[in-house]
Amino acid sequence: MALSGMRGLSVFISDIRNCQNKEQERLRVDKELGNVRTRFKNEKGLTPYEKKKYVWKMLYIYMLGYDVDFGHMEAVSLISAPKYPEKQVGYIVTSCLLNENHDFLRLAINTVRNDIIGRNETFQCLALTMVGNIGGREFAESLAPDVQKLLISSSCRPLVRKKAALCLLRLYRKNPDVVNVDGWSDRMAQLLDERDLGVLTSSMSLLVALVSNNHDAYWSCLPKCVKILERLARNQDVPQEYTYYGIPTPWLQVKTMRALQYFPTIEDPNTRRSLFEVLQRILMGTDVVKNVNKNNASHAVLFEALALVMHLDAEKEMMSQCVALLGKFIAVREPNIRYLGLENMTRMLMVSDVQDIIKRHQAQIITSLKDPDISIRRRALDLLYGMCDISNAKDIVEELLQYLSSADFAMREELSLKAAILAEKFAPDLSWYVDVILQLIDKAGDFVSDDIWFRVVQFVTNNEDLQPYAAAKAREYLDKPAIHETMVKVSAYLLGEYSHLLARRPGCSPKEIFGIIHEKLPTVSTSTVPILLSTYAKILMHTQPSDPELQNQIWAIFSKYESCIDVEIQQRAVEYFALSRKGAALMDILAEMPKFPERQSSLLKKAEDAEVDTAEQSAIKLRAQQQTSNALVVTDQRPANGTPYVGQLGLVMVPSSANADHNLENQGPAQENGTLSQVDPQSPSPSADLLGDLLGPLAIEGPPGAAAPTEHVIPASEGDPNPADALALAPVDEQTNSVQPIGNIAERFHALCLKDSGVLYEDPYIQIGIKAEWRAHHGRLVLFLGNKNTSSLASVQALILPPSHLKMELSLVPETIPPRAQVQCPLEVMNLRPSRDVAVLDFSYKFGTSSVNVKLRLPAVLNKFLHPISVTAEEFFPQWRSLSGPPLKLQEVVRGVRPMLLLEMANLFNSLRLMVCPGLDPNANNLVASTTFYSESTRAMLCLMRIETDPADRTQLRMTVSSGDPTLTFELKEFIKEQLVSIPTATRPPAPEVAQPTSAVTSLTDPGAMLAGLL
Amino acid sequence: MGIRFILMVNKQGQTRLAQYYEYLNLEERRALEGEIVRKCLARNEQQCSFVEHRTYKIVYRRYASLFFLVGVDNGENELAILEFIHLLVETMDRHFGNVCELDIMFHLEKAHFMLEEMVMNGCIVETSKANILAPIQLMDKAS
Repeated sequence: MALSGMRGLSVFISDIRNCQNKEQERLRVDKELGNVRTRFKNEKGLTPYEKKKYVWKMLYIYMLGYDVDFGHMEAVSLISAPKYPEKQVGYIVTSCLLNENHDFLRLAINTVRNDIIGRNETFQCLALTMVGNIGGREFAESLAPDVQKLLISSSCRPLVRKKAALCLLRLYRKNPDVVNVDGWSDRMAQLLDERDLGVLTSSMSLLVALVSNNHDAYWSCLPKCVKILERLARNQDVPQEYTYYGIPTPWLQVKTMRALQYFPTIEDPNTRRSLFEVLQRILMGTDVVKNVNKNNASHAVLFEALALVMHLDAEKEMMSQCVALLGKFIAVREPNIRYLGLENMTRMLMVSDVQDIIKRHQAQIITSLKDPDISIRRRALDLLYGMCDISNAKDIVEELLQYLSSADFAMREELSLKAAILAEKFAPDLSWYVDVILQLIDKAGDFVSDDIWFRVVQFVTNNEDLQPYAAAKAREYLDKPAIHETMVKVSAYLLGEYSHLLARRPGCSPKEIFGIIHEKLPTVSTSTVPILLSTYAKILMHTQPSDPELQNQIWAIFSKYESCIDVEIQQRAVEYFALSRKGAALMDILAEMPKFPERQSSLLKKAEDAEVDTAEQSAIKLRAQQQTSNALVVTDQRPANGTPYVGQLGLVMVPSSANADHNLENQGPAQENGTLSQVDPQSPSPSADLLGDLLGPLAIEGPPGAAAPTEHVIPASEGDPNPADALALAPVDEQTNSVQPIGNIAERFHALCLKDSGVLYEDPYIQIGIKAEWRAHHGRLVLFLGNKNTSSLASVQALILPPSHLKMELSLVPETIPPRAQVQCPLEVMNLRPSRDVAVLDFSYKFGTSSVNVKLRLPAVLNKFLHPISVTAEEFFPQWRSLSGPPLKLQEVVRGVRPMLLLEMANLFNSLRLMVCPGLDPNANNLVASTTFYSESTRAMLCLMRIETDPADRTQLRMTVSSGDPTLTFELKEFIKEQLVSIPTATRPPAPEVAQPTSAVTSLTDPGAMLAGLL
Repeated sequence: MGIRFILMVNKQGQTRLAQYYEYLNLEERRALEGEIVRKCLARNEQQCSFVEHRTYKIVYRRYASLFFLVGVDNGENELAILEFIHLLVETMDRHFGNVCELDIMFHLEKAHFMLEEMVMNGCIVETSKANILAPIQLMDKAS
């Protein structure tokens, strides 16, 4: 062991090391802190060497967990020391102790700047590193240009430039508004030509940040990244120092592949081919070797390559190779590889259609669910959860239930929540769902949140067939000796509502039911007592003819609780007692609960919260949101009388109309409590608390409508048969966000109408890219939601408002987008019939205090369902002739056309996928075009059109469109007109023209004349 | 952003080096280190080298009495970090010769110098041992 240069420091460390316990350590530290403090106070006597020594002691003490705020100033002051050893300590300790918001840092800013622009390389490195670690806004403002200069300076040595790259990265991330990176694409591309691998490693990190923010600007870097990867993968020109166990710097390889994952696609076929060759080589050529380090390093590269292949959504061939590899990995003994295999398989679920292949590994994955290592178990659980669908739900859920009894406590809550969600989403039948939830409560009651049992109650209430079954099950569980309190709640509730359906079964008479529930009363907490009281009231109501003995028993309980200290219990006792004396009136008020409105499961929301620990596993979230309970049909039927819903699990149905008045008059005490008041049958408003599920208080409540009058009405509950339609046509330009979009939204949309990938929307926080593929009447759009920040975007919501002619299915979007992450959300589109209506994406998110909501038109427009087709004269004319007039052939003179040359117009047509067929019309001023339109109703349909322009007046033209479908002809004509008249905007241009009557047919011989004649 | 902290902790759970790339105050550090140490040190050799904790993923490796724990973002390439730990250890080995816990303890400043050359702002700067050690060797010569 070499001796430390600082004896005092060594002595102190030895002392600390010899301390027997924490208390001794504290005493020793306190003594030293006193010493350091005094020395700092008498600064005059302190040599630079001593100062350095004390600052190190401080850092040591800080590391042990003691406060050293008093010494910050000393550390910062060392930065200005003239000699390297002191300066170095100043810089390093300052960046350990302080953060960007410390005021002291400001004092050093001048020194730091001088060091950076000075000639001393070692000083430059120190300063760049500190700014790179803790530099804040003021540093960005005063230093960014200098740092940028250093990075690209040809006279700077690599050791400075690599630090400049990461320093710039920090400044840019922290203050993208201050650091100007416009025009940096060329410089980045130049930087990537760098031979020094240290500079390249840092630059690649910088590139990742820049590209993740705005990949469009950095296309030129893409081929360079591929080149670098080729160089490394082939081990060309890689110095020995950068070879790690025979592998050319695995870290740079990984980083380069990471950068490539930020480009949505690779268009250039040559680059794509080269990249796939490299990837293929990595996938095929990575063998398991004995040396652990070599093995890890090569697999680090391999896993990154897998991620890149998944991202690029390569030809199916390579994808199945990936799944095969992952399948191999999840079966190996080596725990790291198994863990990563499971993790990456989960990621794979998110990006591509490989579920069926993954399902083959189900048994293996279930084995991992029982692994001794909790890290692996968690991955296995996530994967099982993600891969679950109707076909395997029963197996997986039962597996989870079985595992629940032996699972460690750390996982039980997550496990039971996931089992509940899967059971709900994929239940093959409802009774199975009820079984699962009751088992869940039975096995892990402590870990079953209220939402879970609320949800099962909702389902039972909404599905009449299920009620006797559920009641019988609940009754069975009550026979078990010690049951969990949650089980008492759910059983009591279900039996209160539905036990009368069991009346003829043995052990199910009202008296027996009451008896077995009442047995539990002494064991339950105050939160359960109100539920039991409600159950008693219900049992009493259902007992016809009434049983005086039972009635007296229950009344005795009510009167006992009338003076209960708990308000909820007391109120219920009083009210039920009063109500149960009403006789017939009781029937109405205590009638069965009406059906609950359909709503999103609060479990899913909860699942998202539970993901905090494993934030990145958004595959789970995505899929959790994708399928709203499709297996269980919850009716959204409103109660016949139109009365608003009462507090969701309130046991008492608010009586309707006349009855209500009658009751109100008689319910003096209740009214004073404000519980039965506010019933206003004249204004049926939907329950304000649609998502609050059953969390509301359990007492009898007035409708919440009055309490929350400003609640927005959810369109779907308004009885509007097709609310989305109306919204899709709403003007999309009026947005009142404080966050300003970058670029013109309308122009971006217009550009995307003509091409299939690009940016749909961008603002300082987010970028939404789009990539689309169209095949016949199907389309697949992928939305790329890229978070540009270093903190998460929250409350992300994307809602598709499709017009009636499009069927659109968006795989739902995670609620938060992690920093710097890009989320891909596939959107499936099916075109049902021809229409020009446009789908709208209602997108919102929160960042810090600003919340942004934009409505964006989606480029799933009519021309995307066109397929250009070239027709010959022999095909064209018979067709043209056979479609002989309205409504299949429409003609119109269009005025106010945006002036353009014929060639431009031809280009426009071609880009709209209307194929211009030259030579068919002999008149050089005319255009003839053809295309095929695809929709579900029309199937493939040939469309033909002819444009006759007037060289003297380019602002008008005559247009004839024909197809085999009248709607299609009309829509297509209008669509082309929109494209010609002006740059399309949200509102359609007013129709400036009147359809011309079809002219009389004159028979002529040459094609042009014939065309004219046919018009 | 990649690496969020690097900890070296001995098997008694005492911190021997702590370097954070995001600011946490003293209380937060103490709590975090305590939680991580409890979680990681209880694991055995047959278990994998990754532990999920809060929003971090901890990639860790044990060398004799010393644990190297690196907290990374969830998206980070775990194996690359695992080998980066080994690179750090090899680099210290090259400098100290058969590096042990005491070397790091008594030469905290040197350990910091090396880390400073290897990681900046949570990103890897340099992976060549010669380049990492060059400034330290220069300084040793000077003194």
